[in-house]
Amino acid sequence: MNLDSKIPSGAIGEKWVNHKFSTKLVNPANKRKYKVIVVGSGLAGASAAATLGELGYQVLCFCYQDSPRRAHSIAAQGGINAAKNYQNDGDSVYRLFYDTVKGGDFRSREANVHRLAEVSCNIIDQCVAQGVPFAREYGGLLDNRSFGGAQVSRTFYARGQTGQQLLLGAYSALERQIGLGTVKMYTRHEMLDLVVEDGRAVGIVTRNMVTGAVEPWAADAVLLCTGGYSNVFFLSTNATGCNVTAAYRAYKKGAGFANPCFTQIHPTCIPQHGDQQSKLTLMSESLRNDGRIWVPKSREDAAAIRAGKKSPNDIPEADRDYYLERKYPSFGNLAPRDISSRAAKEACDDKRGVANTGFGVYLDFKDAINRLGQPKIEERYGNLFEMYERITGVDAYKEPMQIYPAPHYTMGGLWVDYNLMTTIPGCFALGEANFSDHGANRLGASALMQGLADGYFVIPYTLGGYLAGLGLASAGKNSPESPAFKASLEYVKERTSKFLSIKGKRTPRSLHQELGHIMWEACGMAREASVLEKAIEAIPHLREEFWKNVTVTGSGEELNQQLEMAGRVADFLEFGELMCRDALARDESCGCHLRVEHQYPDGEAKRDDEKFAHVAVWEYKGDNVTPVRNTEPLTYENVHFAVRSYK
Amino acid sequence: MSNEGRSYTLRIWRQKNRNTPGKLVDYKVTNISPGSSFLEMLDLLNEDLVAKGEEAIAFDNDCREGICGMCSLTINGIPHGPERRTTVCQLHMRKFEDGAVITIEPFRAKPFPIVKDLVVDRSAFDRIIQAGGFISVRTGGVPDANAIAIPKDVADVAMDAAACIGCGACVAACKNSSAMLFTSAKASQLNRLPQGQAEKDRRVLLMISQLDKEGFGSCTNYGECQAVCPKGITLDHIAKMHRDYAVASFKNVFGKVL
Repeated sequence: MNLDSKIPSGAIGEKWVNHKFSTKLVNPANKRKYKVIVVGSGLAGASAAATLGELGYQVLCFCYQDSPRRAHSIAAQGGINAAKNYQNDGDSVYRLFYDTVKGGDFRSREANVHRLAEVSCNIIDQCVAQGVPFAREYGGLLDNRSFGGAQVSRTFYARGQTGQQLLLGAYSALERQIGLGTVKMYTRHEMLDLVVEDGRAVGIVTRNMVTGAVEPWAADAVLLCTGGYSNVFFLSTNATGCNVTAAYRAYKKGAGFANPCFTQIHPTCIPQHGDQQSKLTLMSESLRNDGRIWVPKSREDAAAIRAGKKSPNDIPEADRDYYLERKYPSFGNLAPRDISSRAAKEACDDKRGVANTGFGVYLDFKDAINRLGQPKIEERYGNLFEMYERITGVDAYKEPMQIYPAPHYTMGGLWVDYNLMTTIPGCFALGEANFSDHGANRLGASALMQGLADGYFVIPYTLGGYLAGLGLASAGKNSPESPAFKASLEYVKERTSKFLSIKGKRTPRSLHQELGHIMWEACGMAREASVLEKAIEAIPHLREEFWKNVTVTGSGEELNQQLEMAGRVADFLEFGELMCRDALARDESCGCHLRVEHQYPDGEAKRDDEKFAHVAVWEYKGDNVTPVRNTEPLTYENVHFAVRSYK
Repeated sequence: MSNEGRSYTLRIWRQKNRNTPGKLVDYKVTNISPGSSFLEMLDLLNEDLVAKGEEAIAFDNDCREGICGMCSLTINGIPHGPERRTTVCQLHMRKFEDGAVITIEPFRAKPFPIVKDLVVDRSAFDRIIQAGGFISVRTGGVPDANAIAIPKDVADVAMDAAACIGCGACVAACKNSSAMLFTSAKASQLNRLPQGQAEKDRRVLLMISQLDKEGFGSCTNYGECQAVCPKGITLDHIAKMHRDYAVASFKNVFGKVL
């Protein structure tokens, strides 16, 4: 597998500038001859499709929802980072770069991260110009807040719905291009295969989710902006439709899959209420600016709370353990996500957890309300408090919120080079779907930044370089009638009819739930070789059960949500195994990936930079054949290896 | 919080596709936890139906956090159900008494044709945005974000309007199937901001013209839209759009806008 990262030469601050200059351009009049497919319409997809359409390419954009505005980027709450230094508190491009590399626990690629920090400022300018109503101060200038893993305030926000506002900005830009005819939008279309011909990506096959029609689409390049795979855990904060299918199809067609075990468990989600739960809800990390996290010091108090005999307000200050403030005094409640999540798990494993399941900790606003007054807290987080009350029936102004970590984001994804191209020429991956920028742990408010950076400011340059390299002769000439397309169509149709023909006893959802349970136990917040080995054995059995005993009602020629679910679950059943293999092979701890065998006495992740300062890139070798693990070494020329310390 | 299971009779709209007439069908669900969301209850019903070999009920949903705008059920005659400022996905069963009969229908409006069961086609909303719901800026060719100071109160009102999730409850609640609340939310957001001034007149003329083409009715100030809006969008955005429309139409008479 060719893992040439194509990192440009030069000093870290000059790489992107030089690369933009040395990348070939496509003449404005020639751009319209090229066809580009964009799969997904979240921040990465919508911004890429809008920008490429504006540049003059013929763009085809696909999403599985009924409108591009529904993509799950919309659910991001807290904010977006940018190195604007509007607060005059010592921020800079280099500091954002440094914080991101360190926050990622030295498992991301320096050059990509620096580029991300560089373009972060352009993103804010772009969004403001589009009319995104970011929060402002009385003087009319932009306001900032702080976020986990940083000691500066560099996060821009729009109440508790920053993702929504940024996505609607990108969606507006996309709709404008659709209106102008440069982008053709296909909603309720699900990508079910990537088509590769002579080693290049030449198009995709989709299923029209309303009519069931399976159709081929040819293009000169395919951009996968299809998000992450947290739903492999069944319960996550992702939208119910989020899935790994597009990325996994690309993997099966030869794209390397990087670091699949790097999954972020977000510390502030609403605890699970019971087995009827279909998804978990995130409460923005911004709440940690003013909320203090604690559990009772004694197991007895915790047990009394769980039994409903005591309320959290009955526990005096002296009997509360503000464990993040205690363990990490300088970052306190704003410690990075992986560290905060693990600390919550530790407290609950110590039987000091609250919530009726024992898997919950408190996030308390009492001090902030006393200090700032309730109106100020309402202004900052009103919508989050309302949401909390709707879901739990508890008024968090009066009683602390209960929170617990939940799968939320995946740092792993398709391997891409500096140009965001996967190991299949012509197939690119943007946003959460790729692996490059966050290493083993993503800092808060950096996902929005990366999605928009890739779509607005990176791919418009790097895609041009690829297309210019192809030459004009072949532009727009790939035919959906070719044998490669026919084979893909056949494959998709066969698979669809297979799902419908099994007529077994198990629902796709029940199998997904079972997989989620295995994944959470083996590949969740703490991982251990023996448990991972068992999971690697168990998952193929579950897969077998699926293909023998699944039942999918309805037909293939209509809207059929059970059929859609079955397809996604079938891919998760293969992908989950890959994740466990990756977690097992990475015999160290780093960031989100805590192998219980490798930790410092205080429970911190113990990296092994000698052996594992690399990206693990998995190569598909056939169904039920062990995939091959390749590596891309990571070198750190600017930020030097250090044990992360947030104390 | 009591956790004992509750039972309900659900009266659900079933319709094979756009061209086949639909009808209400009764289903029983039992052992529903009060902490379950409304959609989790439907998930469980679907699990039962599929296990029996019957076809699952189709309903749109995605984020289940009240922000994507995909869920679109009319519950007991009210779009998004009885709880104010709440989408269906955020509605929880503790709000429904044990044994209740609950009627579940799609968002009904002529410009929202039914796709299947409870799923409707709201692509008309996208076309309204295409007509003018944007500020025309090129990627990259923009001034520094702090180059324009925007008074906090203006930014706040723009944000109130921008909170619209495009679910279409306003249309489903309106006797006239008017989409004025949706359209005005976007127009008001952009027309209030300094960045949106250049296209202010074109924007309202084009968006309202598209709204008419899609077959949405006129606004006659019933205010049902505001009452059901899960994001609390208010009628003053419609008033603002009417004012902007009047000015733009007047200018347009003299050929200055379109």
